[in-house]
Amino acid sequence: MSERPSNPSRHDPSRRKLITTGLAAAAGVAGLGVAARLAQKYGLVPPDHGGIYGLGETLTYASQRLLTRHSLAREFSRSQISERPFPNEIEPPTDEFKRLQAGRFAEWRLSVNGMVARPASFSLDQLKSYPSHTQITMLQCEEGWSYIAEWIGVPLSQVLDVVGILPQARYVVYFSIEPDTWESIDMADALHPQTFLTYGMNGDELPVGHGGPLRLRLPRQVGYKNVKFLTHLTVTDSMKGFGKGLGGASPEFGYAWYAGI
Amino acid sequence: MSDSAYAASSASAVPITTVTSRHSVLVRVTHWITTLCFFALLVSGIEILISHPRFYWGETGNDLTPTLFKIPIPASRRLVPTGYNYVMPDANGWGRYLHFQSAWVVVLTGLLYAISMLFSGHLQKDLLPGKSDRSWRAFSIAIADHLRFKRPSQAEAWSYNLLQRLSYLFVIFVLFPLVIWTGLAMSPAFVSAVPAAVNVLGGQQSARTLHFFVSLALVLFLLVHVGMVWFAGFRSRMRAMITGRAAAHSERT
Repeated sequence: MSERPSNPSRHDPSRRKLITTGLAAAAGVAGLGVAARLAQKYGLVPPDHGGIYGLGETLTYASQRLLTRHSLAREFSRSQISERPFPNEIEPPTDEFKRLQAGRFAEWRLSVNGMVARPASFSLDQLKSYPSHTQITMLQCEEGWSYIAEWIGVPLSQVLDVVGILPQARYVVYFSIEPDTWESIDMADALHPQTFLTYGMNGDELPVGHGGPLRLRLPRQVGYKNVKFLTHLTVTDSMKGFGKGLGGASPEFGYAWYAGI
Repeated sequence: MSDSAYAASSASAVPITTVTSRHSVLVRVTHWITTLCFFALLVSGIEILISHPRFYWGETGNDLTPTLFKIPIPASRRLVPTGYNYVMPDANGWGRYLHFQSAWVVVLTGLLYAISMLFSGHLQKDLLPGKSDRSWRAFSIAIADHLRFKRPSQAEAWSYNLLQRLSYLFVIFVLFPLVIWTGLAMSPAFVSAVPAAVNVLGGQQSARTLHFFVSLALVLFLLVHVGMVWFAGFRSRMRAMITGRAAAHSERT
């Protein structure tokens, strides 16, 4: 620290400073390298870690994953359920959706494949045959608005148990019947007890406006990760090979893959 | 430690031509990183705000519920009932990425500043009011001086005056922690681990509204700060914060 006029009697401070700075820089680079390798090993690097916002995205994902791996989203009392849940804008339904809707979704299927022992396809009745769970949690849109609702469904982990995920599985990729609508989550979120395949809301069927007949409910991440009209899941160890490899349609559109914030 | 620069702050001892360091390297570097992040946070914050320029109190609020207040601007989303027929372009993708990245950089920078302050004596020497200033009398004199737009004395080129110290302390120890807290209180994942962070604020929408008001307070501080720098001598103050140098005799501006 010699921004003040330096003391001429000191022994060559510039040289010492140069050596110290050099050593500190080398230690810093080595430290970053080790940190990056450790982060990769413990699954703390998100698929969209490249690019100019990769640093912030990685710090957010890594720190929240360390802090919130098992924590539960806040649950509310029945009296706090919003009287007016806002169903965000949805695209006009496809012909396929209209056909299934006309048949009261009896032919709706959720297929599961990828790194699973027993690939399968589930009807809504099959999903409803598992013990149903409820949660009263908040849906928060990244825009800033929110509502609280009771969500009824089966934990995703239950279905993953049935198909048997392989040990190398790292992500669950989920697809909507809407074209180009897909996202993914890591296994911590996939196996989290509040991650639901949701078919009911506030004591009733899940309305189409809210993603009925089947929506992924992920209360620890904001709205856009809660994909509506779910038809397909793939279990994988890498996001490479899915679109641009960023982990979902949202990151390809410029939005963060991890949306716990 | 208390050599030339500190001695100079007792006005009588100002040497005529000595050029000494006004701000340490650490203060200067953290100051400008903070400035850069502040603008990034402000721009991206406004960007995020225009997707839903409505505010609520409590846990929830949306287009179908009454507001606490609205900002009378068009929104970047079609369904928000703003009263305008115009929909602004949506930039929340990079807006959110930039907001959180700048938040990380400024929080880490702030931590570095805060930790170093404990060891460098910056807090006691530059920020906490001196013993003689710790009275209501000193406070009212400082206010009166400011209201009369009294030019800063030579000594003030070398140390912060009482009101300056109090506002910096308020920003560092009240507004910055509050803006970080209210920001984190909006994160569904963070509050799953630390629910009290949002519960004591009265709910997630309350946290959002408070985040907005604390940000406004920070913008107000920025305006006054830049205004005072201008008033005190823009070139010499900028030079001091960039190069660290403040020629004691050159308070001409």
